[in-house]
Amino acid sequence: MNIHEYQAKELLSKYGVATPMGKVASHEDEAEQIAKDLDSEKFVVKAQIHAGGRGKGGGVKLANMLDEVKRLASEILGMNLVTHQTGPEGKLVSKVLVEEASNIATELYLGMVIDRATEKIVIMASQEGGMEIEEVARTNPEKILKEYVDPTVGLLPYQCRRIAYFLGLKGKTVNKAVKFIIGLYTAFTENDCSLAEINPLILTNDGDVYALDAKMNFDDNALFRHPDIEKMHDPAEEDPTELEAKKWGISYVKLDGNIGCLVNGAGLAMSTMDIIKHHGAEPANFLDVGGGATADQVLQALKMILSDPNVKAIFINIFGGIMKCDTIAEGVISAAKEVGIEVPLIVRLEGTNVELGRKLLSESGLNIITGSDMRDAAAKAVEAAK
Amino acid sequence: MSILVNKDSKVIVQGITGSAGLFHATQCREYGTQVVGGVTPGKGGTDVDGFPVFDTVEDARRITGANTSLIFVPAAFAMDSMIEAIDAGVELVICITEGVPTLDMVKVKKYMEGKDVTLIGPNCPGVMTPGEAKVGIMPGYIHTPGNVGIISRSGTLTYEAVWQLSELGIGQSTSVGIGGDPIIGSTFIDVLKLFNKDKDTEAVILIGEIGGSAEEEAAAYIKENVDKPVVAFIAGSTAPKGKRMGHAGAIISGSSGSAADKVAALEDAGVRVCPSPAEMGETLKEAIS
Repeated sequence: MNIHEYQAKELLSKYGVATPMGKVASHEDEAEQIAKDLDSEKFVVKAQIHAGGRGKGGGVKLANMLDEVKRLASEILGMNLVTHQTGPEGKLVSKVLVEEASNIATELYLGMVIDRATEKIVIMASQEGGMEIEEVARTNPEKILKEYVDPTVGLLPYQCRRIAYFLGLKGKTVNKAVKFIIGLYTAFTENDCSLAEINPLILTNDGDVYALDAKMNFDDNALFRHPDIEKMHDPAEEDPTELEAKKWGISYVKLDGNIGCLVNGAGLAMSTMDIIKHHGAEPANFLDVGGGATADQVLQALKMILSDPNVKAIFINIFGGIMKCDTIAEGVISAAKEVGIEVPLIVRLEGTNVELGRKLLSESGLNIITGSDMRDAAAKAVEAAK
Repeated sequence: MSILVNKDSKVIVQGITGSAGLFHATQCREYGTQVVGGVTPGKGGTDVDGFPVFDTVEDARRITGANTSLIFVPAAFAMDSMIEAIDAGVELVICITEGVPTLDMVKVKKYMEGKDVTLIGPNCPGVMTPGEAKVGIMPGYIHTPGNVGIISRSGTLTYEAVWQLSELGIGQSTSVGIGGDPIIGSTFIDVLKLFNKDKDTEAVILIGEIGGSAEEEAAAYIKENVDKPVVAFIAGSTAPKGKRMGHAGAIISGSSGSAADKVAALEDAGVRVCPSPAEMGETLKEAIS
């Protein structure tokens, strides 16, 4: 799960991570009032959407005087912000963060992720602030310092000092950076983050370090123990069907093709997309109905697929392990009765209770095309969608 | 021979009184696996469908002589259960539970360091040695005893591979689902090492998917160490970037974790990579003939 910059900054400031003074506004008057309350001469107005590249897209503006804040806020609020991460359709801006402008001496980079290869939290630091870290890693890998954290002892101050020295910090700024990095790490571990990125981390002319921007992602698997984080979720940032799917415990990702897929298991669901492509067509979605799906979840999954007007055929590919084939069959039958399925339905069933599942389907009176195996079913689905 | 589990494996089920735990304990027993009991704290001394229930893994291990544990507890308790099994001296811990927090797995992996224990999973279908022991949630009847080892990050795609092999009359030595999470107990390399040593495994099918670099690391290992034929399939060549594809670990982040990179690394290591998931069995047949 992702949160907005303003939410990340609010959370981080509780952990002693220095951030510029500021507040979020959803109206231009509110933005002006926030600016008035800040003890500053210049201000920054920042669009709050999850995608990166907001500045280049015109979603981040500097106000050289108080009077400009209201105008800039009114320009940004309600705009459809297009960045390299939003896709061409862009994202509607409904909130802006109004902050004091910082006097920036240097822009740096600080990030934390869970490194899959070493199975540890890794902290990455670079003097190349403001750039995408992947780009730096590709072109100048020597410009990135990586510190790995041993989970037994956690992040140690000496590691933070190493990072600070690598970033070129000196004197009392080193201590400020140590406090900053420890704070970020504590926020990361206490809230089960999967990513925390401060880009840029700025050094001011006064020798202070601030998080000029902040991005935090959280491990969906751990949200059960962080109800306060879960409350920060902004449903406007997500595809409504994907959101609906989550409520039902279904993984759904909308794609651009015309063959709807209903599969159990993520690997098989991806492979089902792959084999449709292999046969010359495009999948309309990724859909993993889960390992232990109920008939009701199958019904909901079919409704989601049918809500996509591009869908010209549905390919149900089930290999029952935890999931029993008769459960799938019951779901399909009740969906057909409830919503009506007008497009061709291609079903391939194998696994636990397969005979019972096939029997239920064949006795249901539904018009179903049966696939004997994955290739056969994929070929029939591609043909049916033509 | 086989790897990890066989007819002598003595299995206990942690979370045996839950519906999934009991259903699959029963299925495993019906397949012929020695399921010698289960653990549910507070229900020790009772009996569920003929399985003796213990309060702790330690009691279960001491009284039944179990060497393998199969975990079905909810995700919030999975770290506790895995470490309880490790501390009780269980040699093989298989965690089926889905949705375990990643930072919990960071701790579990650190805790396991230097200990003589193998962890498979979490978020996996388990381990199956056809004709001997089914320790997991896979449908038993699709398997055939034989000489092909299978390692996979996906559950249902593993069944797909097994089914294709069995349809072609090719049996399996052992099938291992290592799980779809970013951090897992045993990696491709850990299991490849076992298959490489196993006299009865003549060839291996490796099933990977987008996300992370485990397939690339496996490719490097195969290039240096494995002479047995290896066939692979990588799921997710049509998956969009930045979207989690069901499994917590199946996501292309930035420029890393794409199917194309994995396929290239494996092909470079001499692995035959199937272009279609429907061709895993046929490709393996070609590789061994």
